[in-house]
Amino acid sequence: MILNSQIPGGPLAEKWTKHKFDLKLVNPSNKRKYDIIVVGTGLAGASASASLAELGYNVQAFSYHESPRRAHSIAAQGGINAAKNYPNDGDSIFRLFYDTIKGGDYRSREANVYRLAEISNNIIDQCVAQGIPFAREYGGLLDNRSFGGAQVSRTFYARGQTGQQLLLGAYSALVRQMKTGKVKFHPRHEMLDLVLIDGEAKGIVTRNLITGEIQSHAANAVVLATGGYGNAFFLSTNAMASNVTAAWRAHKKGAFFANPCITQIHPTCIPVASSHQSKLTLMSESLRNDGRVWVPKKMGDKRHPSEISEDERDYYLERLYPSFGNLVPRDVASRRAKEMCDRGHGVGETGLAVFLDFADAIARMGKDTVTQKYGNLFDMYKQITGENPYETPMRIYPAVHYTMGGLWVDYNLMSTTPGLYILGEANFSDHGANRLGASALMQGLADGYFVIPYTIGDYLSGKLGESISTEHRAFAETESDVKSRIDTLISVNGNRTVDDIHKELGLILWENVGMAKNKAGLEKAIESIPKLQNEFWNNVKITGTADELNPELEKAGRLADFLELGELMARDALNREESCGGHFREEHQTEENEARRNDEEFSYVAAWEYKGKGNPAKLHKEELVFENVALTTRSYK
Amino acid sequence: MRVMLKVWRQNNSKSQGVFEMYPVKNISGDMSFFEMMDMLNDRLVLDGKTPIAFDHDCREGICGTCGLFINGRTHGSLRGITTCQLHMRSFKDGETIVVEPWRAKAFPVIKDLIVDRSSFDRIMEAGGYVSIKTGGTPDANAIPIPKINVDEAMDAASCIGCGACVATCKNSSAMLFVGAKVSQYALLPQGQPEARERVLNMVAVMDEEGFGSCTNTGACEVECPKEISLEHIARMNREFLKANIS
Ligand SMILES: Cc1cc2nc3c(=O)[nH]c(=O)nc-3n(C[C@H](O)[C@H](O)[C@H](O)COP(=O)(O)OP(=O)(O)OC[C@H]3O[C@@H](n4cnc5c(N)ncnc54)[C@H](O)[C@@H]3O)c2cc1C
Ligand code: SF4
Ligand code: FES
Repeated sequence: MILNSQIPGGPLAEKWTKHKFDLKLVNPSNKRKYDIIVVGTGLAGASASASLAELGYNVQAFSYHESPRRAHSIAAQGGINAAKNYPNDGDSIFRLFYDTIKGGDYRSREANVYRLAEISNNIIDQCVAQGIPFAREYGGLLDNRSFGGAQVSRTFYARGQTGQQLLLGAYSALVRQMKTGKVKFHPRHEMLDLVLIDGEAKGIVTRNLITGEIQSHAANAVVLATGGYGNAFFLSTNAMASNVTAAWRAHKKGAFFANPCITQIHPTCIPVASSHQSKLTLMSESLRNDGRVWVPKKMGDKRHPSEISEDERDYYLERLYPSFGNLVPRDVASRRAKEMCDRGHGVGETGLAVFLDFADAIARMGKDTVTQKYGNLFDMYKQITGENPYETPMRIYPAVHYTMGGLWVDYNLMSTTPGLYILGEANFSDHGANRLGASALMQGLADGYFVIPYTIGDYLSGKLGESISTEHRAFAETESDVKSRIDTLISVNGNRTVDDIHKELGLILWENVGMAKNKAGLEKAIESIPKLQNEFWNNVKITGTADELNPELEKAGRLADFLELGELMARDALNREESCGGHFREEHQTEENEARRNDEEFSYVAAWEYKGKGNPAKLHKEELVFENVALTTRSYK
Repeated sequence: MRVMLKVWRQNNSKSQGVFEMYPVKNISGDMSFFEMMDMLNDRLVLDGKTPIAFDHDCREGICGTCGLFINGRTHGSLRGITTCQLHMRSFKDGETIVVEPWRAKAFPVIKDLIVDRSSFDRIMEAGGYVSIKTGGTPDANAIPIPKINVDEAMDAASCIGCGACVATCKNSSAMLFVGAKVSQYALLPQGQPEARERVLNMVAVMDEEGFGSCTNTGACEVECPKEISLEHIARMNREFLKANIS
């Protein structure tokens, strides 16, 4: 199969406009004849469900959450980018496009990213019209701040709760459609499989998480907006329930999985305190504007930081990167912290942390100014660690944060399975090998409000009169697969809990498929993960039954899929013999330990095809073509 | 440290619940309350017992999913935090901790500590939105809004929909939750065209759903993890009055 990305011809800036004109339309009075399933009601899914219903389609929306007001999206703190250029500081659609392509280390599609930048402005208009209280200046106009190393201020924000406000905005649009009946929302329903009829996506099978009932749902098209899979690592900044199941089930039914190994590791998180840790908390990147990162020069130095004198400290980011210092990009800061700890300079009880010190900032600006800027973050840190960052330097360590990989989609956001669309973090599309801060919210809402409403019609217009019923045997077959899988899980009755095995997988991935990868480690992971899969299917223990609310059973099903995904992540990383963005292969670095990209051989999207149990997935390549930007090497020296 | 947990166990919405006692040891003060529960649940599973079901997701105080009644206080006794932000260092070694679900007619128990808060969604369906469609909206800077109004709207919009206000109120009133939403829109020009219908419809559904009336005890404001102010209830009352007069 040859991957066709469906990128429209013509000049970059005109592609989307032209494409919108070329797409086939569904006549307004015919829209009500179509049913669309949307799985996921985070930013991407809620915005898509509401917008499709407004157009007249009948939408069935699903979430394992109790309400569409809950989703991982709600936790986003920093903000959302747009190319409004309100501050008059030289921003433009082209600059946002350029920054995103470059920030992604040239591993994303020009056409998609340009469209994203173009749409970014509509998103802000939409959100303001919904009544989202974005921060404003005294004159009453919207305020912007700079974020993630961008040289312009283009980030819109609502205190430190931007994700929450955007999600509540999309939720408000969605409940309005729920009221009219155009959206039927199914809370606490988890999609456990995709149903194909003649190779096209025509429905899903779900489990009602309260009653355990397995149900089929049919539609003319299926949209997955099910989020990222950072929780494969067990510990991440993702919400506890975030998982890969919907995407993975679709993958096993034929949808290609793209760049699964490319993960973003965020440098400023609160370090792991003990083996009981259940998740990691992000501390905003903005802290690096004023905090100084250091470790003791002496290995294994366990003295209190106040006893370590100035000349016994190594401010390693300032030493290695004199011009960017503590503000190097996320991937660089993360990798260097790991390196320091691996060399024995880590601090704290576990030795897996570095200091982020505000003593100089407090001396320079005064404690009050520091409180004004970072007070809430300092409070949060104190609450979690019990330490006072005004007096003792913070301890930070990198943590898994975002997955750039995801199901492969074409320009229309359709996967390799006809009728199956993927939105938001669940697709691989716009961030290449590294996502810039404040760009995930932008992408999720672009996909949901402004892309899918146009592109899905192109597919549906050819299906007028198509009637899909759950009576079709494909549904019964899929239901029976789902049930037998659940029965198997329950019947294992072994000796290890789900979390116990998940922690082991997390450690394998973190050590071998995490911040710094190498051939030997990846081969080790490829060897040990199948063994762990085996262990899981023979030794997991779940109590309770399948026909009741059973959180252990839910977690077990998700872990089963993470275990398979983990293997693919390792294979993908082994294949990608280069370092780019969040993907760092130790074999491919410069003398100064910087990432070395290989544009000749790896300027492609790796899209993996599932080949059945026990067989390695098959690699397909989508070559990336750059016509509008020159490929350069990042330097922060 | 060690504690004794006295936990509400209830199989499903129809069954009777009971308290059960669970000793938990080897707790470190750095553990969150939920990590302590995770540890207990893992032990229950290995002993062949059914783990305690409780709702949670972000574990950082923003999603609004968690909510436990701990020693008679919603989200525990510390101010301005959710249950998931509680750490074991705020309990005493050897303490007995009573853990219950939210209790309110409009929030029936689903299992153990998990309740059904879909009544909140139905209130929102009645008017918790501005009736616009995707696309065709004016430029975001077309209408200036005074910073002070937006800041106050943001205070109201911080509500995470956890339901602690209802659970702590002796009347099980949802006025703080509904007040926060009505107030957010009342403070913004976008909310004006539908102001009247919004407050009338949301209040009507609130009553239908079985939430009690507000007698101004102020308990909700004290227990709200996002410290939503009673001011918003007052603003909603003014909106309601205005709507009934006009
Ligand atoms: C701590 C943190 C801070 C962040 N800050 C920022 C920021 O400042 N700016 C920014 O741009 N980005 C930020 N991000 C990233 C951003 O928040 C996410 O990438 C984005 O919100 C993902 O949205 P989504 O709609 O794709 O998925 P999600 O919000 O994860 O939603 C997934 C939905 O799918 C449902 N679902 C999943 N699987 C199933 C299934 N099998 N069956 C039924 N339903 C299912 C879930 O119930 C949920 O409704 C941050 C991320 C984190 C972790
Ligand atoms: S008003 Fe406060 S207590 Fe009530 S739901 Fe909102 S955040 Fe929770
Ligand atoms: S789990 Fe999200 S607020 Fe507590």
